[in-house]
Formats: sequence, C-alpha cells, structure tokens
Amino acid sequence: MKLKKVVELLDANILNDCYSQDTEVLSACGCDLMSDVLAFVKDQALLLTGLVNPQVVRTAEMMDMKAIVFVRGKTPGEEIIELANEAGIAVLSTEHPLYHSCGVLYSEGLYK
Amino acid sequence: MNSFKVQYTIDGEDFSVAGEASRKLKKVLQSLGVDPQIIRKATVAMYEGEINMVIHADGGVIDAEITPEKIHLFLRDKGPGIPDIALAMTEGFSTASDNVRELGFGAGMGLPNMEKYTDYMNIITEIGVGTTIEMIVNTSLS
Ligand SMILES: Nc1ncnc2c1ncn2[C@@H]1O[C@H](COP(=O)(O)OP(=O)(O)OP(=O)(O)O)[C@@H](O)[C@H]1O
Ligand SMILES: [Mg+2]
Repeated sequence: MKLKKVVELLDANILNDCYSQDTEVLSACGCDLMSDVLAFVKDQALLLTGLVNPQVVRTAEMMDMKAIVFVRGKTPGEEIIELANEAGIAVLSTEHPLYHSCGVLYSEGLYK
Repeated sequence: MNSFKVQYTIDGEDFSVAGEASRKLKKVLQSLGVDPQIIRKATVAMYEGEINMVIHADGGVIDAEITPEKIHLFLRDKGPGIPDIALAMTEGFSTASDNVRELGFGAGMGLPNMEKYTDYMNIITEIGVGTTIEMIVNTSLS
C-alpha cells in the first residue's frame, strides 16, 4: 500500500519531510510494546503506535521500517521528529485510535 | 575489511538516549557495507541488550568487533545480575516496573529476541556483581 493511501484512509497529518506519497509499505504492526515490534520480522513495514518517545523511532529504525503513525491524536515533539529525519522515516499522526486505524488499513488490503 | 572495533558507554541514568549506541553501530555497519539483513539482526539484538542495560542494570559498556566473518558483541553491566537465566529467557517473563511499561518496554521479549536474531548467545551473570552477554551474528554465511 502506498503511503498516500495510508494518509487518506487515516485522515493523517504528515509531520516531516521523509514522507513520499509513493513509498510502498508491505506490512504493518500496531503495538505499544517495543519488544513485540522487534519480534516482528517483515520488510518495508509501517508502525502504528500510541506510544510517544524516542525509542519508538529507534525501534522503527532498527527494524528498517518506512513510516510511523502516531494514533489517537498524539503529537511527537521536536526531538522525535529530528530522530526520524535522521533515520529517513516518515512520521504521520491520526486522530483515530489504534484498533480503528489497524482495522481500516487491514480491510483495505494491508494484511501482513 | 580487517577487524574493526568500537566501544560504547551506556548511560544507565538517562532513558531518553537508550538505544543510541545501537543506532551508531548500525551506521558503522552500513558504512562497512554489511548486508542489510545481517545489520538488522545484529542491531536489533544489541538494541534489546542496550535497553536492558538501562532499565534493569545501571548502564555499562558495549564492545563490538566486526570481522569479515562475524559481528561479535559484548555487553557488560554492573547491575543486579539475573537470578534465573532460564526463567528470564522465557517469552513474556519480565520484572519491569510500571514506569518501564509505560515507556513501551517490559513485554518480556528482549532476551528471546536476542537469542532469535543471533547465531550464538551466552549469558554470564552473578547476583550483585553484574551481567555479561556475548552475542555473535555471522556475516559470511547466512
Ligand atoms: N542486564 C540485565 N541485568 C539484570 N536483569 C536483567 C538484565 N537483562 C534482563 N534482565 C532480567 O530478565 C528479564 C527478561 O528480560 P527481557 O529483555 O526478555 O524482558 P524485559 O526487558 O523485561 O521486557 P522487554 O525486553 O520485552 O521490553 C527482565 O525483566 C529482567 O528481570
Ligand atoms: Mg528487555
């Protein structure tokens, strides 16, 4: 699924310059526990989380993830955006809660 | 590429920088041209260990040695030690406080992940003295 579609489906805001509408995500992980994310081996993945701290970005970076969606209207601070910029990871935010966000992406074809 | 060594000091007081050493190692491995899948395995394993050093011990030192054949990691801390290694290795076992859980850790998946992503892992621990974890990820044979 293209990031452009993720943004549309989740009415998401784009929070940094690493976003490219054509970036393709092949899988997604919705989780607030970082070690569960780290147990998940998928390529070109998207992380959806309600947790907001620098470890979210570092976790996504270790897993070579393409984008992070902060759910439930959580807005990350400057430090988090800066880390994501360095890692080349797109940062999005949505008002929708985690369950809803995952459900929408899943039903639109992001199954893995 | 000959052997390449780096050492990182892990600050046990400041959670906000936990994981920085693993990010740095990732950059080093990328600059050495190591295969991305291998980099992911090694840096995820180190990241879990680094976070553990911050949340369960009082920080410590990580030594990494990179040779054409393998990435060799030594994580040493002077924390409380691990009373029962087999129990600690069980998926879901965690002694993390509620504070740590609020930060997104404490699933009890760190040590199992470290074992899963590495080709060799050995834990030496002594109560009240500290813990040393050695991990190897092979680079040549995958
Ligand atoms: N370096 C360490 N020093 C002392 N105890 C440790 C150390 N590393 C792990 N432990 C103990 O082993 C348990 C399991 O560790 P593990 O990394 O698997 O889970 P966790 O850190 O509690 O949660 P997660 O890694 O999923 O965030 C910890 O809860 C802790 O009791
Ligand atoms: Mg852990």
